[in-house]
Amino acid sequence: MIEHHLPVLIVLVPLFGALLSSLTHRGSIAWGVALLATVLTLAGAIALLARVTHEGVISYEIGGWAPPVGIEYRVDMANALVILIVASIAAVIVPYARVSVAREIAADQHAWFYTMYLLCVTGLIGIAVTGDAFNAFVFLEVSSLATYTLIALGPSRRSLLSAYQYLIMGTIGATFYIIGVGLLLTITGTLNFVDLAARIADTQYDQALLAAFAFITVGIGLKLALFPLHVWLPNAYAKAPSTGTALLASTATKVAVYLLVRIYFSVFGVDKIIGDIPVLELLLILSIAAMFFASIVAVFEKNVKRLLAYSSVAQVGYMILGVSMATTTALTGTLVHLANHALMKGAAFLAIGAVAYQLGSVSLDRMKGVGRVMPITMGCFVVAGLSLIGVPGTVGFISKYYLVIAAFEKGWWWLAFLIVASSLIAVFYVGRVVEVAWFSAPDTEAAELRDPPLLMLVPTIILAAACVFFGVDASLTAGLAEGAANVLFGGYQ
Amino acid sequence: MIGSLFPGGDNVMLLALCVPVIAAILIPLFGARPNLRETVTLVSAGVLFDLVVILGDKVLRGDLPSLPGLQVLPGLEIRFAIEPLGMIFALVASTLWIVNSIYSIGYMRGNNEPRQTPFYICFAVAIFATLGIAFSANLFTLFLFYEVLTLSTYPLVTHKGNDDARKAGRIYLVLLLATSMLLLLPAIIWTGVVAGTLDFASGGILAGKVSPALMGVLLFLFVYGIGKAAVMPVHFWLPAAMVAPTPVSALLHAVAVVKAGVFSVVKVIVYVFGVDALREAGTGDWLAYVAGFTVIAASIVALRQDNLKKRLAFSTISQLSYVVLAAAILTPISLVGAAMHIAAHAVSKITLFFAAGSIYTAAHLTEISQLKGIGRRMPWTMTAFAIGALSMIGVPPTAGFLGKWFMLTGAMETKQWVPVGVIMLSTILNATYFLPIIFDAFFKAPPEPEPGHHAHGEAPWPIVLALTATAAGTILLFFFPAIPLALAEMMMGMR
Repeated sequence: MIEHHLPVLIVLVPLFGALLSSLTHRGSIAWGVALLATVLTLAGAIALLARVTHEGVISYEIGGWAPPVGIEYRVDMANALVILIVASIAAVIVPYARVSVAREIAADQHAWFYTMYLLCVTGLIGIAVTGDAFNAFVFLEVSSLATYTLIALGPSRRSLLSAYQYLIMGTIGATFYIIGVGLLLTITGTLNFVDLAARIADTQYDQALLAAFAFITVGIGLKLALFPLHVWLPNAYAKAPSTGTALLASTATKVAVYLLVRIYFSVFGVDKIIGDIPVLELLLILSIAAMFFASIVAVFEKNVKRLLAYSSVAQVGYMILGVSMATTTALTGTLVHLANHALMKGAAFLAIGAVAYQLGSVSLDRMKGVGRVMPITMGCFVVAGLSLIGVPGTVGFISKYYLVIAAFEKGWWWLAFLIVASSLIAVFYVGRVVEVAWFSAPDTEAAELRDPPLLMLVPTIILAAACVFFGVDASLTAGLAEGAANVLFGGYQ
Repeated sequence: MIGSLFPGGDNVMLLALCVPVIAAILIPLFGARPNLRETVTLVSAGVLFDLVVILGDKVLRGDLPSLPGLQVLPGLEIRFAIEPLGMIFALVASTLWIVNSIYSIGYMRGNNEPRQTPFYICFAVAIFATLGIAFSANLFTLFLFYEVLTLSTYPLVTHKGNDDARKAGRIYLVLLLATSMLLLLPAIIWTGVVAGTLDFASGGILAGKVSPALMGVLLFLFVYGIGKAAVMPVHFWLPAAMVAPTPVSALLHAVAVVKAGVFSVVKVIVYVFGVDALREAGTGDWLAYVAGFTVIAASIVALRQDNLKKRLAFSTISQLSYVVLAAAILTPISLVGAAMHIAAHAVSKITLFFAAGSIYTAAHLTEISQLKGIGRRMPWTMTAFAIGALSMIGVPPTAGFLGKWFMLTGAMETKQWVPVGVIMLSTILNATYFLPIIFDAFFKAPPEPEPGHHAHGEAPWPIVLALTATAAGTILLFFFPAIPLALAEMMMGMR
């Protein structure tokens, strides 16, 4: 019985968790609720993936209303993978929040933090699980509103400003998306993805369809921080509470990338619109620009959270690069990078959050010798950094490998060289942090530091270890990604 | 004895790969007790040597050990299999790890170096990476451990932690990572796409599958992608890395890093391109010129260096390109020379670096102009230095003679006069920059010691022991070259 309702339960569990924790006024109880809710969600996500692998696509009718009238939750390999990524990261970093949040946020607001955390997870999983364009908008807004609040809860006064910035940009993005969906509705008369796909295939190319496509692209592009629509991201990541940053960096942009891929390849298909206008070429140029410019900006950034944030913009570039090549291999690269980047950025932000927790700053000037006094934390950062560079034996290499192979398969050998060249810039921004943290003598202030409490350390280690594990044996992640890429390209049957 | 405990080559090989990893785990546990910590290093080095000797025995009997692979992705496998060239490299590395460990203990303690525990950990990891490279069965495994070696030696280069060291470390890391990611990685993936496999195979995997032009392009990507081989112009990292403590320089320039570079170049030429296929394609001829240029140019730069370690560094660049040149001659006999020179240069150059470090530890001298008459105070050190230097020049009875002999034979048989000329000219240059040091050290009067500055003698005994052993090895290898020679000939299918 429960099995049957899994698709909706993985949304409802964090939603009710959020409700519960908003009713408690004690941070510790709210934390317990969040832990329970995220662990249950993770269990649900695993069960869901197992079911999809065995039984194929699952279609769930909300309230018993059959699609296309009712809302359909539709789970296949692609979104089962995305849901698993979100649920895993959410569950792994809740323990971390207990200690980190206690220091960064006033005690009377702890319960709010966990409420927003769970709402954010609800929204992200909702976007992934739904098979309905308008429902996706609703969840987009749920996750965005929760995110604004999460950022505003950050420790510095500039957190409010960053949250406001993101609010403006995020609202523009959501509005663009809903305009696009509205246009689609007027053209086709439906909101269900499967139905949309079938009807779009039957319509002729026209300006309205093109406009819908463009609005949706820009709207989601803002949400996933597609260069040059990324300006909200560095401040948002830098000013949010450390746990919030780790959650957002690992999951939020990934879900948006998924939504884009879903709408592009499953709903519109490679022939309609995508075949008519040079949108893939545009994405190719933008993603290459992101890979280079954002990485170069990261090299000159002194605040390590902002440095990692710019790195995220660059990494999103790799994901979109895979989309723009539009082959199964390339899309596998995109999807495996969703998982891989979640692991490496999660580990990196958790490690830096631990530095913020102990040192009270993440400025490179003050991080001299931090690695020597906090060896485990900064060791995890090094592993995450090596993944960002794409050193073999780490997850970053796997993503890069797929993208380079895809480039060679298309005969674009120049692109292969651009990919490796841009990944090399990561050597500089990761190297700067490593050099300061490990190869400088600690200040008197830093010399007193130690690795953070176990509750913070263990999640960091888990994610860093996963960066190596899935770099050495990528059969699980790459296998899922390949399955997902096939599903997305196959369109709806 | 150990062989009977672990029947089957696989177990010995697995164990050999595990030993340095175990050492790297145990060393920090004994961080507070230096004597125990150093015992871990020495015992591991001894055990590893035993294991590698057992493996070498198997290879010589024609039984090539291998381990089952670990699949990362379809077509991408971490797998180990020993072939004769890798065996030579592993033998050299494991032998010199013992000597280098003894020497390190004397040097690090004699100079009161800080942070010795991380130093020994990184050393053990570097040896692990070296074995991984030596035993790699495919290009991906080679690449993986090539990068591990770069990353594990980077902290060693920056060990001193001052601005100079950090700057040198930056050059080292960026140049080696950049070349490997920018050129080597695309070369590997490209090879995989066109050849359908990344596994090393006798006769090469590209033969008949690519056009001669693409073969030339791939060779370019491989040779410059393997920055550790220091073919000009990607040699900058090597002199920069001289700021490191001397045992590290010895590791970088004799045992692990540069040897991993030329080893990889030779391995790629023999097992990816195939010597015959590359010669028939005719698009690899440029390599002999580039390598020849590096040999001569580096020697000329070495002439102008007054800093002893810098001069040795440029000598290394020059000697490495001997190996590349020997491979580029593309005859079986010259490739035997390349393999022999990997071993010969290792044991001779480590002697020279040991001597340089010995002089620094005992007398705190770093410049060649300061070394007048030092042979009288440090007779062991300077005798060893002389033997190492003669081997660089290629004078019998030292090991350096062997490699040159085979190279010249190969070049003359095929009437390639450019390599012949390069080898002759560089021999003269080598003599010009090494012999005066020896002459001054033994036959010039030392400067008057400053008042109140007491005269130094030899360096601490572990240092003297280590450099005497490697100097003896340099001569012994000349008289008893049978094992590496047999392996090198096996590589070329000559026996």
